[in-house]
Amino acid sequence: MNMNAVLPQGSSKISAKALDVHYSEKQALFGVDLDIRAGEVTALIGPSGCGKSTFLRCINRMNDLVDGARVSGSLTLDGTDIYDRIIDVVQLRARVGMVFQKPNPFPKSIYDNVAYGPRIHGLAQDQAELDEIVMTSLEKAGLLNEVKDRLQESGTSLSGGQQQRLCIARAIAVEPEVILMDEPCSALDPIATAKVEELIDELRENFTIVIVTHSMQQAARVSQRTAFFHLGKLIEVGDTEQIFTNPQQPLTQGYITGRFG
Amino acid sequence: MTEMAQTTAATRTAETVASRLSRRYAAERRFRALGLGSILLSVGFLALLLGSIIDKGWTGFLQTQIAIEIAFDPQVIDPDGSRDPVTLDTADYAALVRNGLVARLAPEADRATRRDLSALVSTMAANQLRHMVTNDPSLIGTRATLWLLASDKLDMVVKGQVPRQLGADGNSLNDRQLGWLGELEQAGQTRKTFNATFFISGDSRAPEQAGIWGAVVGSFFSLAITLLVSFPLGVATAVYLEEFAPSNRWTNLIEVNINNLAAVPSVVFGLLGLAVFLNVFHMPRSAPLVGGLVLALICLPTIIIAGRAALKAVPPSIRQAAAGLGASPLQIVAHHVLPLAMPGMLTGTILGMARALGETAPLLMIGMVAFIVDIPKSPLDPSAVLPVQIYLWAGSTERAFVEKTSAAIIVLLLFLVSMNMVAIVLRKKFERRW
Repeated sequence: MNMNAVLPQGSSKISAKALDVHYSEKQALFGVDLDIRAGEVTALIGPSGCGKSTFLRCINRMNDLVDGARVSGSLTLDGTDIYDRIIDVVQLRARVGMVFQKPNPFPKSIYDNVAYGPRIHGLAQDQAELDEIVMTSLEKAGLLNEVKDRLQESGTSLSGGQQQRLCIARAIAVEPEVILMDEPCSALDPIATAKVEELIDELRENFTIVIVTHSMQQAARVSQRTAFFHLGKLIEVGDTEQIFTNPQQPLTQGYITGRFG
Repeated sequence: MTEMAQTTAATRTAETVASRLSRRYAAERRFRALGLGSILLSVGFLALLLGSIIDKGWTGFLQTQIAIEIAFDPQVIDPDGSRDPVTLDTADYAALVRNGLVARLAPEADRATRRDLSALVSTMAANQLRHMVTNDPSLIGTRATLWLLASDKLDMVVKGQVPRQLGADGNSLNDRQLGWLGELEQAGQTRKTFNATFFISGDSRAPEQAGIWGAVVGSFFSLAITLLVSFPLGVATAVYLEEFAPSNRWTNLIEVNINNLAAVPSVVFGLLGLAVFLNVFHMPRSAPLVGGLVLALICLPTIIIAGRAALKAVPPSIRQAAAGLGASPLQIVAHHVLPLAMPGMLTGTILGMARALGETAPLLMIGMVAFIVDIPKSPLDPSAVLPVQIYLWAGSTERAFVEKTSAAIIVLLLFLVSMNMVAIVLRKKFERRW
């Protein structure tokens, strides 16, 4: 079952201590200490190249796919080090789902897109249960009404915003504990963006969400906590309201008021 | 003041652009004309090539026959009247043909005349009669007018490929034979029909009896072996190198070598096949099995390179999506990357196979250049392949093999074109857009 039910809201779900990341010779993250709380939306903001996406990709070890990426320091999920040898990366990614910047549905049917995760992890005992998972996930992603009559059509035939919600449905079909979102709305128009933001707010009840965004309005709208990165360092983290109204650091102040970035 | 300066600068820009405009457009027109010209030139050469082959080869699909009344003389076929199958099978049917010709054209023929008469029909005619009689012995004692296959020399004259004038230079028939031919033509006793022999028989020393079926079957067996060996190996190699292998000095070395292998002359692969498959493993000489293996070696680099290109073309976002859901590396490849890359891989494979179909030199090295009449029944039987058959016929002295050579080239080109069409259709049908 979902771990969030066990952990009280606001306790630390993911915890980074002195986290360094190198890509070959180049260091991308410098000693990041950051706690992500359960049942909240945490927004990571900062100018391009500041390391916020790198941090996000450490949490489900997507950086493993990058040649020459090295991670040091400690990063824990429920107290277990994500980079520990005993952690299996396949299992980790079943617990930590991800939604990407550009909608990337598989060129398969809408049904198969959502059913893929449960299928490879063997989450459904029979076809009826699988149908149930697919329907529930599509409904949670707010897509069911739009696609219920054409589940066998290709996922790539949907509009951009629908594709992104399909990707979210695909991620939540595995019932992860954490969902990572890497600029999920940057390829969407304002109406589709509004729908996805609404969705993120609803998902907060069941999932811990970490979202990288370039839009400060979006961070302000959807998140409870905000972390500001600059040049690979975590400059400031705090409640979203406090960060946007009363930042403690001059760099944060400069960024949110649009003086640089 | 500044306003005026600005106006002057703007005017100057406009003037400069205008003065250079015509030269820029002229350069573009020259470039286009050059491209169009080179395309027209290559299309012209292609048309010339195809035109000359078809012009020379189309008569190869026709054969000349002459109608002669044959008496199935019991004295010649079965003097004892025993109807013994062995007697019927070994009887002198050539004599029946000769007698028929003598009766029709020169009743008072001496020995030399009879020899000239016999040269008008193919030795196949006697086989035709033998076949008829052994199937139906009741024919013995009857008479029938039959269309008999003409000899290649007569065929060439009828098709107008050697001069017809009496005593002319390069004439394949003598004056007397030409006279007989004229007599038969006037009586409507010659005809040109579709040359089915060409498509159903194997090679022969006699051009009118030679066919490509043996070579087609040999090519089919060879290519089947090539496909079975090179496709799985090539796809597995491409997938491993592209998706799993670490990028280090060794994989770089392997990659460079695969690219080099693609450029190695095919005759070298033939020598390799000779040294390894024949001399070390003692596989049968001239067999499609060995030919197929050698062609598989030639195809492998092409398939691997095409396969890797197809895998590279799969967007990384698909891999990330699958990895993000917790798919294992093998699942990512098997469920997502490979299905998306398969059309490209198949196209590369078919193009590689088309190249293998046309390969000649490596097969000469492993002895697939022998004169083989029988149609191969398995990949272990000695056999020819289409391009080698063309090579053999092109080196034959008989005038009639010229048209056979071109006809075989037409058949080979048709196979190549249809394989390429299949590749295009596959690509169009399965290619996905996202």
